[in-house]
Amino acid sequence: MDEEEKMGEDTQTPVEGAEHEANEVVAGFVSDQEPVPASTEAAPTTSGSQLGGVYEAVSEGRAFDTFTHDAMLEKDDILEIEQFDLWYGTNQALYKNSMGVPEGEVTALIGPSGCGKSTLLRSVNRMNDLVASVRIQGDMRLNGDSIYGAGTDVIELRKRIGMVFQKPNPFPMSIYENIVYSLRIDGVRDKNVLDEVAEKSLRGAGLWEEVKDRLEDSALRLSGGQQQRLCIGRAIAGEPDVLLLDEPCSALDPIATGRIEDLITELKGTYTILIVTHNMQQAQRASDYTAFMYLGRLVEFGPTQDLFVRPRLKETEDYVTGRFG
Amino acid sequence: MAKSDPLPPLLQTRRRSSLFARGEPMVWMTGGALVLSIAMIIGLLLIVIVRGGQTFWPQKLKKVARVDGTYLMGELTKTETYKPEDFVFDNIQDPDDRERARAMVAANKGRSERRFIRTGNRSPENREDFMWVSDFEVKQESFPEWALTIERSEWGRFYGIPTAFYIGEEKAADTAEGAWTLYEQHHGDLVDKWTKAAEIEKEEIGDLNDEINDAREAAKGVALEHGEGSRQHQDALAAAQALAEKLEPQLDALRGRVDRMRAESGQYQFLLEDASGKAHRVRLVDIIRAYPANRAGWWDNVGTYIARWWEFLTDEPREANNEGGVWPAIFGTIILTMIMTLIVVPFGVLGALYLREYAKQGTLVSLVRIAVNNLAGVPSIVFGVFGFGFFCYTIGAGIDQVFFEERLPLPTYGKGGILWASLTLALLTLPVVVVATEEALSAVPNSMREGSYACGASKWQTIRRIVLPRAMPGIMTGMILAIARGAGEVAPIMLVGAAKMAPDLPVDGEFPFVHPERSFMHLGFHIYDLGFQSPNAKAAEPLVFTTTFLLIAIVVALNIVAIWIRARLRRAYIEGI
Repeated sequence: MDEEEKMGEDTQTPVEGAEHEANEVVAGFVSDQEPVPASTEAAPTTSGSQLGGVYEAVSEGRAFDTFTHDAMLEKDDILEIEQFDLWYGTNQALYKNSMGVPEGEVTALIGPSGCGKSTLLRSVNRMNDLVASVRIQGDMRLNGDSIYGAGTDVIELRKRIGMVFQKPNPFPMSIYENIVYSLRIDGVRDKNVLDEVAEKSLRGAGLWEEVKDRLEDSALRLSGGQQQRLCIGRAIAGEPDVLLLDEPCSALDPIATGRIEDLITELKGTYTILIVTHNMQQAQRASDYTAFMYLGRLVEFGPTQDLFVRPRLKETEDYVTGRFG
Repeated sequence: MAKSDPLPPLLQTRRRSSLFARGEPMVWMTGGALVLSIAMIIGLLLIVIVRGGQTFWPQKLKKVARVDGTYLMGELTKTETYKPEDFVFDNIQDPDDRERARAMVAANKGRSERRFIRTGNRSPENREDFMWVSDFEVKQESFPEWALTIERSEWGRFYGIPTAFYIGEEKAADTAEGAWTLYEQHHGDLVDKWTKAAEIEKEEIGDLNDEINDAREAAKGVALEHGEGSRQHQDALAAAQALAEKLEPQLDALRGRVDRMRAESGQYQFLLEDASGKAHRVRLVDIIRAYPANRAGWWDNVGTYIARWWEFLTDEPREANNEGGVWPAIFGTIILTMIMTLIVVPFGVLGALYLREYAKQGTLVSLVRIAVNNLAGVPSIVFGVFGFGFFCYTIGAGIDQVFFEERLPLPTYGKGGILWASLTLALLTLPVVVVATEEALSAVPNSMREGSYACGASKWQTIRRIVLPRAMPGIMTGMILAIARGAGEVAPIMLVGAAKMAPDLPVDGEFPFVHPERSFMHLGFHIYDLGFQSPNAKAAEPLVFTTTFLLIAIVVALNIVAIWIRARLRRAYIEGI
């Protein structure tokens, strides 16, 4: 990642209209936004006037720039989201979302229901391509490679990004076959390779000790928590660069949730994790950085502790303190 | 109102909800409809099972002396009550008997019982083998001890009492018991010998004849290639002629051997006396099975019963399908259904996959879906007509033109055959499979598809590895419905290859072992044939039930296998046990 490029996302003042920085024009991505001078001055303020800015923009259906904390600038981003718009038919669901996801750490997306956090997450590995009515504008970059560029191979892209869904969705096959699925579809036949990957991934997902004696059993017989860890194991079996977790604990009981959160902490460092959660405690416990989204806009993005303890924007504070949402 | 009333006032004062609101009548209506359906199904099955099951049970032989002085002997098939017209009494000669008969009927309010007796003994002179006997006509009844029921290979059953046993012109026994003992001694060997002769005739003589025919056909082919009367044609004709001459002595020797074997075994004969005392000779080689009906104990009857079922299941039909077995029909039905399934399931699944997984859902797809559903409502005979016109006369005739020109004008594929019938039934059952598969595909949770895509699987990989296995039980349901529909269908296959009699099975030991062009027998068509086309409908009637029973049993068996597989798939892919 270039420093300059990150500068582009570093905007602090919610300004009216489509005022934002020009993206660096990189091969594969052409910004369709008009260039606007970058404002590099950090503004560590929590002001009531911000409130009007956000709500006003929302009511007028405008996009506004994210309040990005300074701390985010020092990080190496593995995934960059650049001025990303998304429409379902004629309904705009995402407005000019821009953020960088730091490598090897856990970034949480929080926000009230319907704020577009899952949509944003599913845009990262282009799962939204499966929805016929979806239209997008803007781009994302994984390790500098354009995700929405014309020449992008979606299949290869998805192999570099693991994803875990809200409801555990093990495939109707054995535990072993679930784990090695991504290798199977690549045509890997070597039993030694498969065995090795299966054990490594199951250990990585903290499931090895529980299932090592019944790898041939159907995955559907596992408990919900085990199934979700299996799905995580399946996602990391392909050695992805980024792991997307879409409310991975919403269908689980507290104990299973605790185990998943521990697992997230263990996986941190090895994998970059982007997690969507509606549970603010979970975001606080498990993530290093948090982005707050509201009605399709990315409102504030910063280190988790800062965002929860010292939010810069009034709207963020209202949400994290439970005043709305 | 008492003070201690425990009900809160709200519930007390509230009006009772109406009968319809509580839904009580709906419970009775739905329950009643279910009971009615079950009763009809069970009733139908009971009739088929009871009547089909008793067909082969050996009956006692009753000898009846009638008041007009005639006798008859046979098996009782059914009894009914009727109102005799007055003139029937005029046929009774003796005035005393006539008055007694009148009195008997009058005492019974003008009604009389009558029995339908199978008297057998058909011959070129006697075509009638069933007879009604009213109670008032009966003078005397008896069960002659040594009366035999004889199942002949031609002309059906014979009922008679043996009086002697002949080997050639030599009388080997002159009592009923002696004759029966000799029969038991010799019958098995004689039948073996007779069968052997038939085998030689069919296999060895047949092979030689085939060789000569092949040579002649080859000559015909040469004529087509080089022109009629050309030198090559003449040579080929001469070669065929030479071959025929060369093989002639061999053929003669074989024919002589067969004739000798036949003559030898044909010498063993029963001399039998029928009910009216007339003598008949019956060759042992013409007897399929015989038993002294009135001497046989329960276990003997069980033996006969099982032997008859065995014959029914494994033999070819005889006597215009009225006797013998239905093996070719069983085989034809199963093979037809299997080929149909092999064709319709892949096609239906592929079609449904495209409709559900690939096609952009819209007006066109909806129209296609409606069209497919409507296809299920087209009368099956229309499919038969289509199959006849398209498969037999267009495709089949084309194949004949290209590959079997030398056999023309005799059609090879340009007529009804098991392949064309299977294809016709596959068309007929296609909508069932498509609809069921679509349902199954849409029941696969989207989360599984997404999980697969997220792992980097392509659409086809997702379909093959996730969607299809998960939808398999539902696809099996479609297959089961298709089998049930296809196996019982008669109308279309009558036009595209089902035959009244087709002893050559579509799969046999003759090269190339599978003969998709051959016509075939089918149980459903067999039922129709027995019930409505038989020259001896009364003798065929019980077989209608037996064959129906068999067809239902086969469909049930095929379904049970499919359901068993489906249950296993469901456990593996849906329940995960």
